[in-house]
Amino acid sequence: MEAVLLTGRTLSQGMGVELGKSSSVYYRSVVTCEMNAEDMRRLGVAPGDPVRIITEHGSVVVRVVEALEEVPQGVIFIPYGPMINAIIGPETHGTGMPSFKGISVKLKVGGTAIPRGPGTQPRGNEEE
Amino acid sequence: MEERRYPEGQGPSQEEMRRSNLEIVTGVTCPFCGCLCDDLEVVIEGGRITNVKNGCAYSLAKYLNYQRERLLKPMVREGEELVAVSLEEAVERAAQILVDSIYPVLYGWSSTSSEAQRLGIELAEEVRGAIDNTSSVCHGPTVEALQELGHPGCTLGQVRNRADLIIYWGSNPLQSHLRHMSRYTIGAVGRWRRGREDRTLIVVDVRKTYTARVADYFIQVEPNKDFELLTALRMALMYEEIEQERVAGVPVEAIEEVAEILRGCEFGALFYGLGLTMSSGKNRNIDAAISLVRDLNRWTKFVMIPMRGHFNVAGANIVFLWQTGYPFAVDFSHGYPRYNPGVTSVIDILSRRESDASLIVASDPVANFPRRAVESLLENPLIVIDPHRTATAERADVVIPSALVGIECKGTAYRMDGVPLKMKKVVDPPPGCLSDEEILHRILEEVRRLRGE
Amino acid sequence: MELLIRNAVVYDPINGIDGERMDILVRDGKIVDSINEMQAKVIDASGMIAMPGGVDIHSHIAGPKVNKGRELRPEDHLRYAERGGRVRRSGVGYSIPTTFMTGYWYARMGYTTVMEPATAPLETRHTHEELNDTPILDKACFPLVGSNWFIMEYLRRGDLEKCATYVAWLLRAVKGYAMKLVAPGSVETWGWGRGLMGIDEVIPHFEITPRDIIRGLCRANNLLNLPSPIHIHCNALGAPGNFRVTLETMRCVEDLSRGDRPSIHIVHIQFNAYAGSDWASLSSGATRLARYVNRHSHVTADLGQVIFTDTTTMTADGPWQYRLHNLSGNKWINHDVEAETGGGIVPYHYRRRNYVNAIQWTIGLEFALQVKDPWKICLTTDHPNGGPFIEYPRVMAWLLSRRARLASMRRLNKTARRRSILESLEREYSLYELAIVTRASPARILGLREKGHLGIGADADISLYRIDPSEVDPSRDFRAVRRSLRRAAYTIKEGEIVVKEGEVVGVTEGRTFWVEAEVPEGVSKEVLSDLKERFEDYYTIRLENYPIEEGYLRRPSVRRTRPEAWVV
Repeated sequence: MEAVLLTGRTLSQGMGVELGKSSSVYYRSVVTCEMNAEDMRRLGVAPGDPVRIITEHGSVVVRVVEALEEVPQGVIFIPYGPMINAIIGPETHGTGMPSFKGISVKLKVGGTAIPRGPGTQPRGNEEE
Repeated sequence: MEERRYPEGQGPSQEEMRRSNLEIVTGVTCPFCGCLCDDLEVVIEGGRITNVKNGCAYSLAKYLNYQRERLLKPMVREGEELVAVSLEEAVERAAQILVDSIYPVLYGWSSTSSEAQRLGIELAEEVRGAIDNTSSVCHGPTVEALQELGHPGCTLGQVRNRADLIIYWGSNPLQSHLRHMSRYTIGAVGRWRRGREDRTLIVVDVRKTYTARVADYFIQVEPNKDFELLTALRMALMYEEIEQERVAGVPVEAIEEVAEILRGCEFGALFYGLGLTMSSGKNRNIDAAISLVRDLNRWTKFVMIPMRGHFNVAGANIVFLWQTGYPFAVDFSHGYPRYNPGVTSVIDILSRRESDASLIVASDPVANFPRRAVESLLENPLIVIDPHRTATAERADVVIPSALVGIECKGTAYRMDGVPLKMKKVVDPPPGCLSDEEILHRILEEVRRLRGE
Repeated sequence: MELLIRNAVVYDPINGIDGERMDILVRDGKIVDSINEMQAKVIDASGMIAMPGGVDIHSHIAGPKVNKGRELRPEDHLRYAERGGRVRRSGVGYSIPTTFMTGYWYARMGYTTVMEPATAPLETRHTHEELNDTPILDKACFPLVGSNWFIMEYLRRGDLEKCATYVAWLLRAVKGYAMKLVAPGSVETWGWGRGLMGIDEVIPHFEITPRDIIRGLCRANNLLNLPSPIHIHCNALGAPGNFRVTLETMRCVEDLSRGDRPSIHIVHIQFNAYAGSDWASLSSGATRLARYVNRHSHVTADLGQVIFTDTTTMTADGPWQYRLHNLSGNKWINHDVEAETGGGIVPYHYRRRNYVNAIQWTIGLEFALQVKDPWKICLTTDHPNGGPFIEYPRVMAWLLSRRARLASMRRLNKTARRRSILESLEREYSLYELAIVTRASPARILGLREKGHLGIGADADISLYRIDPSEVDPSRDFRAVRRSLRRAAYTIKEGEIVVKEGEVVGVTEGRTFWVEAEVPEGVSKEVLSDLKERFEDYYTIRLENYPIEEGYLRRPSVRRTRPEAWVV
């Protein structure tokens, strides 16, 4: 399935930073992917299921949750963090600013999440 | 850690305070976000912070957990290991790295004091590096648009006292700036506005955010279509006919209705966030927003304020400006300040692999930058000054722990609207931890010594 | 350290010295009457003139609006950039230079004291941060008080005592030096997107007029016995016909004169000296204003001279800047400040061929040449509004030399040239008069007793220029004189040589002056209790976080005043 990826601030991610970047609050917050219920049905995933997010710069595995802050179909939301930044391109279009929002991605069901913890180099796990 | 809770509006009695060695510091400015709320009351018991009144969830999390995951000892890398060393040794190693490099990049700066920012710029000039702050990856496009068109703005108190119409566009303050709406906008009581009942709230976002749920009007824009919607609004304001049925997913009738609301308000304020700056169009989105607000001033009073994130990212821009003439992405490689976002900005320098060393102050680019930029950062010597363990600190060659501005050391910071505030010191830093200002001062001295000046 | 300046031709108007060849002795940063000549450093000033260090009474060099101007105009910075050196920091900028450049450039021109004339009190912490980073110069800033809610409310109730006491509190809180009124009342109404034109329109919600504010603050100023008069940017600035508003403004405080000291200072009078009813019929009101100034002793003014160049306009007069944005089509920054003031920034290019710009240019010079007593005026461009301070030597040349004026008029808009009387004005300033309008007069108006002269006890701020009055006639050789004025042979700040042959060779830290005005304790308590009651209703910060501690200023210098009599 194709989708548009938004990354952004959430309360738990922001709190997580204050609780420490190796805290579980932080880790959990940055590996979740908020999704429209209809998209979840179409993709055949339940909350907690792993989904692989693929861009031209790499891919990562995150866990699906139904969006608390409703996203339209075809849009997914992932909090800022090392996981998702690993697959964001460095192109700034002459502005200095990479595209952190509105990124075209492909979704694939399944995969293994990368291990938790600070110091983890944000390397997207390569395609199998 | 024991937390003491008191009913709203009440604190401990004088007697209680004396008995328990309790101290309350009032008027404390919160070092979390660009709201810079300055009404916190920090309760200190036996030298430890045990409670914070008036603060938001972030603020509480910050003050009650600031001791977690702290860096406590200066460290330098020996092979795979970071080894604890004396501060002098760490400073010397850091200075040596900077002196040996041809084009170091100095990055971060938004979560520290203006006083530290000043020294950072002086250091960048001394070592002829590039210096950039985090606005490069938040409101850099806002600055670029401002430079083309200007920016009609005001301080937040103008909004609180006068605004009857508030717009949040691509911004979700109920997740990012928790007291923004209650202190400055929708819920705030002002001289001519009683609060929520006297104000209209419009939210424009891709998602139906928490903020959108409390809005009087929610406009759901398709991703990457903000520019189109802003342009359609400007057309509607000018009574120009829009040919399509929908623009950016929004029915034209709704656009026309909103245009009338904007035109008809007495004082309107547009708050805009990264939803505009990070999406396709970037600075062009802000161009369109500025044009809209500028147009609206023909009919009514209308202002705009960017929702700045880090507590002193606005200050970083401000200090960069008075010292170098430019707000971010400043390059000193020619000996004088040059500015060209897209070339002298940190992401571009890194992804082109131009720098050969870096100094990161109060920021975690390894966690926040695109992968290619991170790889480039890690290829070269890396110095980190930070109070906390971060992904970047873990990978550094030199780590110098610092005190937290606004908690363990004082300084100046600038609110999102440019209002300067002093940050207080409420408790002592961990033993041996100096302020960023002091550390940078020492590095600068050491660099000058090594260069024989 | 001791310094002996030998054989300079000295212009020191406060001490009545008009071109006498003499020595100047310096010890510990002061002018003295004797030194140990064996130990002193000697400067041979043969072929040079000496003046007290220049004093600029009105120049926007630091603070939020200046910095927003820097942000708005990266293109301005590309006009000039400078590497750092052994003692200097690098910098950029022409009309809105970085703080370091500001200090260096003023010093290069022989200026050593500069006033930042408009700072929103709420944001003055920022202004002091920049002043701290402005090297060499002594400086001060003027808080904006013309649309301040507390002041307007006290004046509405006719409570002058509390109004004055509040002003004293404010000056102490933000470490300000003098009161600045910008289009009083009009900036408050701009908070609603409207402006006021004259001084008798009622300010909505506050039910007083600009006239009430001007009179009230003038009286408060007298009551507090502040060193400087109120500085006022008159209402209706920039509008054709506004010279009448300026006349009204000066008249409305005629009865509040305080002996030989002025009670009102009109800032950048050029911008408020327009006759005519629209842009096509715009003409000069300079003659009429000069006539008034000639006949009255309670008023002084600075020029706000226009220079033909690309510059950046910035003022707290938000409604005017919006108008200028619409007139010019240029980019526009607006920044209103809660309960206090506002501000706007618009880049602007003054062109010789443009009729309005040409008239503006003639007005400033017509005024300067028709005011008989140079002690009533100061040279300014309202930097950067009329043009960057870096271009002052051009203005000096126009004052010194009719030939210089005629040379500039050759390429002037023809209609403007025909309508202006400038060509017929034959007066040329002497170097002595130049020293008055660039040194002595501003120092005297500001009440800076140690500045603007070279008498015993004065600060040893001295500028030496390579001009030999026995060989050079400024009227004829204006180009050579202009070059010399641009780059001082020596600039000495508090006895230290900071500039030599136009180059910065030493960087010192200047002082920041501020005023502590004594007020009776009783009324002071009442004002504090008003502040406690209402401050947090008006502002979005805590009252306790508003005052700026003196330690925040890198080198503070307080001037204490006390009322002669607390009689309201």
